[in-house]
Amino acid sequence: MENLIRLPKTGSPETIRNMGPLARREFRNGLLFISPWIIGFLVFTLFPMLATLVFSFMNLRLTDNPLDPSKFVGLHNYAALLKDAQVWNIRPDSTPGSLWVTIRYGLIAIPVGILLPMGIALLVNNPALKGQNFFRSMFYMPYIVPFVASIFLWAGVLNPEFGWVNMTLLALGVPRSDLPGWINDINWVYPAYVLLGIWGIGNAMLTMLAGMQAVPTDLYDAAKVDGAGSFARFAYVTFPMISPVVFYNLILSVVALFQYFLVPLALNTGNAAGFPGGATMFYNLYLYRTFFVFQNMSYGSTLAWALFIIILIVTVALFATARYWVYYAGERQ
Amino acid sequence: MTVAFNRDRLIHIFKRLAIHSILLIGALFSLFPFVWMVLTSLKSYIEASAAESFFPSRWLFSNYVQAWNQVGLFPRYFENTLFMAVTTTLGVLITSSLAGYAFARMRFPGRDTLFIILLSTMMVPFEVTLIPNFILMRDLHWIDRYEALIIPWTASAFSIFLLRQFFKAIPSELYDAAVLDGCTHLQFLWSIVLPLSKPALITSALFTFLGSWNSLMWPLLVTNNPVMRPLQIGITSFITDAGTEVQYLLAAVTISVIPVILIYFFLQRWFIEGVARVGIRG
Repeated sequence: MENLIRLPKTGSPETIRNMGPLARREFRNGLLFISPWIIGFLVFTLFPMLATLVFSFMNLRLTDNPLDPSKFVGLHNYAALLKDAQVWNIRPDSTPGSLWVTIRYGLIAIPVGILLPMGIALLVNNPALKGQNFFRSMFYMPYIVPFVASIFLWAGVLNPEFGWVNMTLLALGVPRSDLPGWINDINWVYPAYVLLGIWGIGNAMLTMLAGMQAVPTDLYDAAKVDGAGSFARFAYVTFPMISPVVFYNLILSVVALFQYFLVPLALNTGNAAGFPGGATMFYNLYLYRTFFVFQNMSYGSTLAWALFIIILIVTVALFATARYWVYYAGERQ
Repeated sequence: MTVAFNRDRLIHIFKRLAIHSILLIGALFSLFPFVWMVLTSLKSYIEASAAESFFPSRWLFSNYVQAWNQVGLFPRYFENTLFMAVTTTLGVLITSSLAGYAFARMRFPGRDTLFIILLSTMMVPFEVTLIPNFILMRDLHWIDRYEALIIPWTASAFSIFLLRQFFKAIPSELYDAAVLDGCTHLQFLWSIVLPLSKPALITSALFTFLGSWNSLMWPLLVTNNPVMRPLQIGITSFITDAGTEVQYLLAAVTISVIPVILIYFFLQRWFIEGVARVGIRG
């Protein structure tokens, strides 16, 4: 990133006009080299984003002609969004709003999804461990399994009647009437989803492990000389040194949280949407259903832009906290 | 003195035992669903739909032949996915090497602005671009064509970023020397930079391949004709209202997972290095 700071303000017409022949050739080559990405960005990202923004100011069904100017309704969809109980409702004893469902689930899933891989990485990094490569591969492997496959696996393993998790609990002496209903049970559905998510922590674990292995050993030696115990060494050496990796994983999981919907969509085929009791009507599932079940292209587009804005706000907020706890080596010299 | 020594030793042994057992339990948790899947795929229908025994009483390897042939198009799904994943990966490697190199090594006005735009596109949720992209595919008459499955995915911001991070770490003295020898950017990229960036190229290739192999939503939108559908959608055709034959379904799922696992195990040495180095720089 250092070049971002050092280079003068670039790209103005004067700088381009004043370039010598060599610089001009470099400019042309550079643009040529990145042109596939620029074309892809314009055609498949920027233009569609703007189109979605335009749709959100219209009243279109999925089958309508999007170029019909008589369909403009101004800010109508945004006004409807601000009043939409299916997004905002947080009253207990009623169907929760999809944004609340998402945040509530995130409050459980994100701490688990950060702390557990960190703990495993710490153990795998312990010099007393034999077979580090074996464990690293084992924990990483589920991460590469196709989504569809993992859904079928877990639906089978967690099946309340004949899944092996409940069979094991039964064998351990849990009475049949007390067995968890997992994805069918409003009290167990989040633990079931978290379990499914835990299975895919391999990537977070691997990046944190790599971060730990990059910590210079003399830092630990110095801490030991100062009489730091293992907890102090973690708190004052390991954690600050891996905090950029933790931050990176935190951003990834927050973005993934707001886009979470394939798991509840696939697990609930045949059930009412959001089963049980609306507990799995995640924001993005609501968005997906607005598009493809209710075929409301405009309100779906409004929800999509709201999703983008929510992700931006949360990311910016996280970046603002970063300077209090994320330590970039070499930045404070 | 000896007592203290023994106590330390005991604590050490206990600690080692604890670490190994916790991680072994974790590894079993990772592995168990796979084992369950393979064992169930080898059972008869009756055994597969109940959970009376963990192991099949007869190992029916013929289930795999059945799964391959039962849904008539299964081999075709497999081919579609393989073609889509390989082509997308090659495309991404070419576009990302060029763009990653330009962002890392070339100096031209606007480069850093473009790079910031590139980074911010990784924050854009798929949903914001979904419907217009679908309309675009429809209007280009790409529905049910490989173009729709491949072309939108051949420029990847993540891969460009990953390769750029690697390319930047290559000493600029190498480039200066190459220029003196009359090397062009393309020659330098091809003969020096790429051979030095094996972990990054493999990581980028593997992530792209996996993403394409595992993709579900987009193929579901842009294909209607079963002949054009990839494996991930094909698997769901084992679920029918008439009752799902769990053993065939899981045999099909196993078939869809095996290539990915094999590739991972063959490439993991470079791959792990690649992921690790990107993660560190975040």
